[in-house]
Amino acid sequence: MSVPLHGIIAEYETAEELLHAARRAREAGYTRMDAYSPFPVHGLAEAIGFEDHKVPWTVFLSGVVGAIAGFALQYYISVIDYPLNVGGRPIFSWPAYIPVTFETTVLFAAFGAFIGMLAFNGLPQPYHPIFNAPRFERASQDRFFLCIEATDPLFDRTHTRHFLESTGARLVSEVEE
Amino acid sequence: MQEVVHRETERLIEGKHTYESITSKIASVAMGYKHPLPWYVIAAIASAGVFLMIVSIAWLLLRGVGIWGINQPIGWGFAIINFVWWIGIGHAGTLISAILLLLRQQWRTSINRFAEAMTIFAVMCAGLFPLLHVGRPWVAYWLLPIPNWTGAWPQFRSPLIWDVFAVTTYFTVSLLFWFTGLIPDFATLRDRAKKRFAQIIYGILAMGWRGSAKHWHRYEAAYLLLAGLSTPLVVSVHSIVSLDFAVSLLPGWHTTIFPPYFVAGAIYSGFAMVLTLVIPIRAWYKMQDFITMKHLDWMAKVMLATGLIVFYGYIMEIFTALYSGHDAEVYLVANRFFGPYAPFFWALLICNGLIPQALWSPRVRQNIPLLFVISLIVNVGMWLERFIIVVTSLHRDFLPSSWGMYFPTIWDWGLFLGTIGFFTFMMFLFVRFVPMIAIFEMRDLLHRQDEHAPAPTGAPATRVATTEVSG
Repeated sequence: MSVPLHGIIAEYETAEELLHAARRAREAGYTRMDAYSPFPVHGLAEAIGFEDHKVPWTVFLSGVVGAIAGFALQYYISVIDYPLNVGGRPIFSWPAYIPVTFETTVLFAAFGAFIGMLAFNGLPQPYHPIFNAPRFERASQDRFFLCIEATDPLFDRTHTRHFLESTGARLVSEVEE
Repeated sequence: MQEVVHRETERLIEGKHTYESITSKIASVAMGYKHPLPWYVIAAIASAGVFLMIVSIAWLLLRGVGIWGINQPIGWGFAIINFVWWIGIGHAGTLISAILLLLRQQWRTSINRFAEAMTIFAVMCAGLFPLLHVGRPWVAYWLLPIPNWTGAWPQFRSPLIWDVFAVTTYFTVSLLFWFTGLIPDFATLRDRAKKRFAQIIYGILAMGWRGSAKHWHRYEAAYLLLAGLSTPLVVSVHSIVSLDFAVSLLPGWHTTIFPPYFVAGAIYSGFAMVLTLVIPIRAWYKMQDFITMKHLDWMAKVMLATGLIVFYGYIMEIFTALYSGHDAEVYLVANRFFGPYAPFFWALLICNGLIPQALWSPRVRQNIPLLFVISLIVNVGMWLERFIIVVTSLHRDFLPSSWGMYFPTIWDWGLFLGTIGFFTFMMFLFVRFVPMIAIFEMRDLLHRQDEHAPAPTGAPATRVATTEVSG
């Protein structure tokens, strides 16, 4: 009885080799895979068939919420709860509220970017099976990895391994769940 | 576009480097135990400065703001001078990391992490001053819109409350931006750490980052958006700081040139501080391959350009005052040139206006000790500028019967020098524990460099491979 597999992982030396392998895996019909690299490789997300615009939308929406919240806070304080006559100026002197509204917009949007990026990436995540892969500590340093996951409909222990070996990988190994 | 990238990146990393050599060069500083002697000496002096700061604050809390030199009519004194000075220094960090990113200036890569750390510590120092200047810092939370027993709320028509929002937002966003940039590098440190303790700490900080293409995809979107948000933010912060002055009616303060002139001054002083810090540290840690002469040269050029904008601001201030024909404004100019604080004003003109003109010469920009000295002079000049702005306007305004003089006390100096010690100490701790250059961005830069300008020794792939075997 063998341990359940997370997938089969292949190691490459350059970003170009990884890109090439990822494109070939897509052409071969694999859909559930992930690529790992020590820096953002241009076009890699497209190569593994991944596209996601949740972060920009989160930033936009948090910015809108920040703007409304900031302006509403000042309106409530200055007009409703604590109206104060300063030199006969109108109580609802909205141009004076703009700087603070701008700051709360940026603040909320920045939190949206930070928390959104982490949340959609599923971070913080204390455990992930990919860390069981041999030599995976190099993924944050100087090596490039492509992992075809066991949940892929086309996944087959032998065939997938042969396929990855044919893409010019330096090392192909199984990753335990 | 590609062609431009090609030329710009050609030699931003000097010497022969691989992903591994870059990683180990930068990571080994953060994870190593051996540090150059100056690190220990200056960290020790700086920690004495931290004690000085603590003592100055403790004495202030015991005795009140009367221990400072402030009086009527000069109620602002060192607290506001130092606040504006520190926050201005912070601005270069955001400029380098955010604005240069949006402008696709790839040379920012080797200095952005460093400059962002500088921003955070400078804003910490800046925030301390108004907080203590309120007189009763234990009720400083009244500045925030928190419901409290008095039933009173902040007054949103005052630039001082805008400042509270601007500075807290600026600090928070800078911290988020900095930490976001650090996550992949913490993952690198986690994977390189040999000791259990370091593995756990860097592991927690990396939060399970695994460099997946899906991670990077969202990461790059978030990072770019944070840069886009920081850019108008940094302009807003120093504009709002300048409104603290400009919205009042005092001669010399009530002018529309203040916001742009303050922002330019902030960037000017910030680049001076980056140079002051980068020049020794790059030599101690032998980072010349990454922070090249080109980087120093470009920073000097930005300093020269912003310095000229600031100097234009000085000229326009004088012109506007004279052109207005207003007695108090005209007198202010005369008072600056020939009044009791005239030596400071002349020193300011020499430090900020005259000496930086030497940077026109490429020979000066290539001369590292000279560049270092000029950066120190600019730091002093920008401090003098804030001194002149705060003190000369306040000490002689419309009514000669309420004129006065301002002399800082030993506690003013103690707190000011203390924050310099704190800032230096924090920068040294940062260099000691955190990668001082963004490692993943340097790898990316190397990749682009190899991709667009193949080295004469052969294709990038073979170069990496051969080094692997031999190393």
